[in-house]
Amino acid sequence: MKTVVGKVVVLGHLGVGKTSTITRYVENSFSHQVTPTIGASFFTCKITVQSIPIKMQIWDTAGQERFKALAPMFYRNANAAILVFDITNQQSFDSIKTWVDELKRNVEEAMVLCVVGNKIDLMHERKVSKEEGLKYSNSIGASYFECSAKDDQGVGVVFENIALGLLRMSVGKSNNTLKVYDDDINDIMAKSSELDATDVGNEEVVSISIKSIAHGDTVSSKCC
Amino acid sequence: MSSTVEVEPGAAPESVLVTADSCENFEHMNSSLEEIKNLIEIKQAAEESTIETVVSENLEETGNFSECDDDEDDYVQNSEWTSRKKQVFVLSMAGKPIYSRYGNEDKLAWLFGVMQTLVSFVQSTNDDCIKSIHAGDTTFVFLVKKPLILVTVSKTHESENQLISQLNYVFNQITSTLTLTRLNKIYEQRQNYDLRRQLTGAERLIDHLLDFTEKEPSFLLGAVQCLPLASSVRNTISSAITGACNKIKNLVFAILLANNKLITLVRMKKYCLHPADLHLIFNLVQASESLKNSENWTPLCLPRFDSSGFLYCHVSYLSEDCQACLLLLTVERDVFYVLSQAKQAIVEKLRRTNCLEAINNSLTTNEETCLTAGFTELRHYLYKCKSTAQFYQPSLAPPYTLEKERLLELYKRAHQHLHCSSRPLKLVFEKSSKEVVLAWDTKGFELYVVFEPLIDTTGAINLVGKLLNWIKNREDKLFHLNAPTF
Repeated sequence: MKTVVGKVVVLGHLGVGKTSTITRYVENSFSHQVTPTIGASFFTCKITVQSIPIKMQIWDTAGQERFKALAPMFYRNANAAILVFDITNQQSFDSIKTWVDELKRNVEEAMVLCVVGNKIDLMHERKVSKEEGLKYSNSIGASYFECSAKDDQGVGVVFENIALGLLRMSVGKSNNTLKVYDDDINDIMAKSSELDATDVGNEEVVSISIKSIAHGDTVSSKCC
Repeated sequence: MSSTVEVEPGAAPESVLVTADSCENFEHMNSSLEEIKNLIEIKQAAEESTIETVVSENLEETGNFSECDDDEDDYVQNSEWTSRKKQVFVLSMAGKPIYSRYGNEDKLAWLFGVMQTLVSFVQSTNDDCIKSIHAGDTTFVFLVKKPLILVTVSKTHESENQLISQLNYVFNQITSTLTLTRLNKIYEQRQNYDLRRQLTGAERLIDHLLDFTEKEPSFLLGAVQCLPLASSVRNTISSAITGACNKIKNLVFAILLANNKLITLVRMKKYCLHPADLHLIFNLVQASESLKNSENWTPLCLPRFDSSGFLYCHVSYLSEDCQACLLLLTVERDVFYVLSQAKQAIVEKLRRTNCLEAINNSLTTNEETCLTAGFTELRHYLYKCKSTAQFYQPSLAPPYTLEKERLLELYKRAHQHLHCSSRPLKLVFEKSSKEVVLAWDTKGFELYVVFEPLIDTTGAINLVGKLLNWIKNREDKLFHLNAPTF
């Protein structure tokens, strides 16, 4: 049974709803008074696509300018990027473009790109048209979605699309950073947690989940 | 006044915290980070330079905050900001607005101009520095800390030193988000820079910090309160942390806290944490609801530890069923996954040893009030052990459950008597129609006690002796007496 583990980075202007979108998907909750993300938050979630489990390690970055210098730490080795903007805010859409430029400059490996227009519950205040979003997304080879984290509309599709993209990538063998495990991921994780707690700081243990397992070589018989 | 206690309660041979006077000037800064980095020779130069370049890129974009000139005249009298008891402003040396506690900085631009003029006028005429202006019941205090000017306008009865200490905290909060080095660099490159661009989202932290300094006696005392735990439990928790972390290189501090109280602090040998830095960490955790949902990774500068650079901080709550927050601070920026695993190991160990349960129990049990502890004539007290920078206070009891603010004002007043720079007192006994306040400063501790109004001096002194014994008997539980290291 193979498992795909991919690193997903979520980027976008401050206040567009990056954290809300993720927590809507991962925890199915929404808070009206979410405080700005500090630095970056880490989430994991698992989706099964075509009966292959796909584990996503999601990095939710802070949109504030002073954290911009940190971003490379999170998009380096990322397999997918979700670029979120607020459909009622033109500036947030423009900042997507600067993020895409930055990614193109700094990331060599292929990436699943996904542009997401959030806050469609505020349709009457829309500033960025669907056509504009679609046109831009096509031009950079990204998929385009609109959603509302508040009303829980269209959020799931975004992550399913990312998962599907990761799966395709794992088959295509085109990517060196994407991890594909032959075993069920839970077995691997179980092994590392069985060790005595006092040993966990050991570097060997750390590398178990990352490097010491063959990856990228598995070829699945079926592909979409 | 004599008591039967030989060593003051809460004293320990080694302290986890740097001990300091709360009113001490915050100018002295360490360069511990440099030391750690040199010690282990990490090639950080390359990474440092990436941060710097991004800063300079950002500087080139111009700030495009809209200037609102429309109804400026009306705003002069607007009660949104004029009716407040205490205002706090931060501006650049060039007079650019950075922060206003209430009201809109852009609409108050004229006022920032006045403040800048006052500072620069005094500076230019006799190369002096403006400290404060007193007008009726209003005190204006200025703190010039290049490249920033901090001003408070207060109608509270706090002393100038206390107001300055609060402004110092605000300055440290700004430094904590940007580092002092970067702050200086920004203004070296562009004197006119609008710092709000860099501080978006951090105003919230400053707002929270100001409220925090006004509600919590810990800031007044320059000390932290510990979550009461049996010493065996606290030791097990500390050793769970050291066990999981002692092989991780360059981890500087591991801090576990809950409900604004310290559970344990494990540190790298040689390095101590200053209470002022710990207060900023408490503030960050309290002000950021969003930390609860996930594991987080953030740069954080601890200005008293090292104002020139960031530590990287893994922040997470222990588990759904135990709302204690664990912070792992390191100088390495790429070790999130290592720390994440260490955190898992810590939680598993704590769960196996029933420590999570012990923490929860302590969190849900109300601490004793003076009355339940058997001190009928005692209403409330603050006990600070100087050598460990920790303090203890009992639960609030009537009448102060409804008058928390007034109680803190009493303490502030007494604190001022003990710490006033011109004529510091060792012992204060003050009787009023509502209560009796006793404040006592000794070599080892500071004690502030509020009694029933009818108590006499002999009664009060006897009670203080009993109280010190009571605390001494429980010091294992109330204070963090070990100073564990990795």
